[in-house]
Amino acid sequence: MNANATERIYVFKRFERFWHWSQAALIITLMLTGFEVHGSYTLFGFEDAVNIHTTAAWSLVTLWVFAVFWHFTTGEWKQYIPTLDKAGAMFKYYLTGIFSHAPHPFKQTVLKKHNPLQRLAYLGFWLGMSPLIWFTGWFYLFYDQWAAWGLDAYLSLEWVAFFHTVGAFMILIFFIAHVYLATAGHTPTSHIKAMITGWEDVGH
Amino acid sequence: MSLRQFISAGLLGLLASLALASNAPTPAPAAKAATSSTADHSKFKALQQSFASGPEVTKACLTCHTEAAKQVHKTKHWTWEFMNPDTKQRLGKKNVINNFCTAVPSNYEFCTACHVGYGWKDQNYDFTSENNVDCLACHDTTGTYRKLPGLAGHPTYKDVEFPPKSGKIVKAPDLRAVAQGVGKSSRDTCGSCHFYGGGGDAVKHGDLDSSLKNPGKYLDVHMAKDGLNFTCGECHKTSGHDVPGSRYAVTTVEKEGGHMRGKKDANPATCQACHGGKPHQGEKADRLNAHTAKLACQTCHIPEFARAQPTKMMWDWSTAGKLDKDGKPFKIKDSVGHDAYDSKKGDFRYESNVIPDYVWFNGKVDYTLRETKLDPSKVIEINHFNGSPDDGKSKIWPIKRFVGKQPYDVGSNQLLVFHTYGKDDSALWSNFNWDKAIEFGMKEIGAEYSGKYAFVSTEMSWPITHMVAPKADALACAQCHTGPGRLDKVPGIYMPGRHGNALLDTLGWSFAGLAFLGVVAHGAGRIYTSRKGAEK
Repeated sequence: MNANATERIYVFKRFERFWHWSQAALIITLMLTGFEVHGSYTLFGFEDAVNIHTTAAWSLVTLWVFAVFWHFTTGEWKQYIPTLDKAGAMFKYYLTGIFSHAPHPFKQTVLKKHNPLQRLAYLGFWLGMSPLIWFTGWFYLFYDQWAAWGLDAYLSLEWVAFFHTVGAFMILIFFIAHVYLATAGHTPTSHIKAMITGWEDVGH
Repeated sequence: MSLRQFISAGLLGLLASLALASNAPTPAPAAKAATSSTADHSKFKALQQSFASGPEVTKACLTCHTEAAKQVHKTKHWTWEFMNPDTKQRLGKKNVINNFCTAVPSNYEFCTACHVGYGWKDQNYDFTSENNVDCLACHDTTGTYRKLPGLAGHPTYKDVEFPPKSGKIVKAPDLRAVAQGVGKSSRDTCGSCHFYGGGGDAVKHGDLDSSLKNPGKYLDVHMAKDGLNFTCGECHKTSGHDVPGSRYAVTTVEKEGGHMRGKKDANPATCQACHGGKPHQGEKADRLNAHTAKLACQTCHIPEFARAQPTKMMWDWSTAGKLDKDGKPFKIKDSVGHDAYDSKKGDFRYESNVIPDYVWFNGKVDYTLRETKLDPSKVIEINHFNGSPDDGKSKIWPIKRFVGKQPYDVGSNQLLVFHTYGKDDSALWSNFNWDKAIEFGMKEIGAEYSGKYAFVSTEMSWPITHMVAPKADALACAQCHTGPGRLDKVPGIYMPGRHGNALLDTLGWSFAGLAFLGVVAHGAGRIYTSRKGAEK
């Protein structure tokens, strides 16, 4: 590997990095408190867990309002358009190539900063897990308003909580994979460095 | 005299006069403390006479309060009878058999110490007599008027030793002074019966006992003298002598969430009658108010009962009647000095700071009556609180569940009435003979008895509603939402923190675990192969 040949590109703008890390902190907080409210363990105490969970959820909503605005005004939303191009190659790379130091099959550019598996995973996050967790969380949070909204005959807390928990487990699994795959860039730290500094080594 | 001397002399004089004042005899009770009443009863001619008996006082009362006795005649306090409009059961003290002292019939002289009348000594009592209404039981303000068990509702008219052989003398009240001092009912007058239900202080209810005469705020946020200083009547707002609030037909759910006090056809004694249906304010108001859809206020706000004095939780009549080696009845005390055994009554268990049981309750109560056929292999519910999570009329209520054993007729499988008190050779408390006591009791009510009795396990439910704690002492979230939770046994609710789907949890944690193992293995593989590569 020739260090001189390494190319650096500016992948993550300042807002994007701020968004990512604050979102990470909020999601970790939400998972820690959420599974406590679910009854999996005692950490903060039920009442505090509920309060922190609620505050973190509203904070994340606010953050997302800005993030959505940013994605649309900058056109960055296009980064999430799914493609199967090279998806198979990526899959094969994670399965075998990564162990034999085969070249990374995806060449990152400013216009295409996510590899096809990332695109699919993030799209799944945006269109699958997020709506599930947000809708169920919304109804969970506003349980006391169901009657006023005329929804109390159609909703049951048990099922709202069930699907909220389904969403939570999916996000937990996503989180595990995501944190690990952050080490699977051009070098083990290149993705992480990029998320901190904005600049990524994209190889040659 | 210098100024200083002058002041010290003045102070000394003041202290001396204070000391003298404290030694001075206390003024007669008739010279009352300040009251807002528009009538000074000591000035009424009708009361300026000597009274030889209670009914004579009542006769004098009725010369002005012409309708009072007629009003009292319509109340449960007088009739000891309640026709439940929902269940059509004939209830009331006169009819019900409970698992404390069990039944009134054949024991009238004793039990009617708590009747608002005079002279109820057998089943031929004249319920139409106006002069036999006892005004003083509720309207005494002197604290000297006391009805003793055994006198059929009369106070003692001469000084007597009570309890017998105790060495304590109960003085005959000065009826003239008592009559001239009458006023509103008070904690003391209500409490003289309701604090002592079941045969002693704090025995029966668990949320009503003599500690309410002067409770601290921690015990009763409404009745604390340094706080709101409510009397019983502040909530049980009475009109025409008919005291609202009933445990035979409990108001569990307010039809419109809450209402303004004084509105017709509404129970003024509920929490909602003052606090409304959405009582919580502040940051957590919405979430807490949402809880009121399913929880009675009492569930969170009376987190424990018997918080000042222990209450009786168990009474086993089956062991009553044991005598010591001299053939005498005896008592055994528990470690805090309460009766654990009494030859007259059997075995007891007292408990303090009791965590209530919680049940869905819609206010409808079914009683096991004397006529009800029992299945003696089961625990007999003396009363059953109806309710369910889905009937739209129920809330989760705290209750005291009182258990015991009492005699039933093996032949007819029905509860038995037995004779506990009387100056005859059949009363259990003087002769310790169950056969005779039961025979006498059953004859008294004119019911058949097979001649064979045994003891059946019973339980009775009591709604917990008094002794509301300050809000800081209300149940905290975690007391239900983390385990073991207060409401774990209550069906039909989804409780966040307690009722997660077990299958989902198993699958969710399994997949998360697999994902974790997967990335660890993958990472280990990468580290291994990269080291191998480096070695080359």
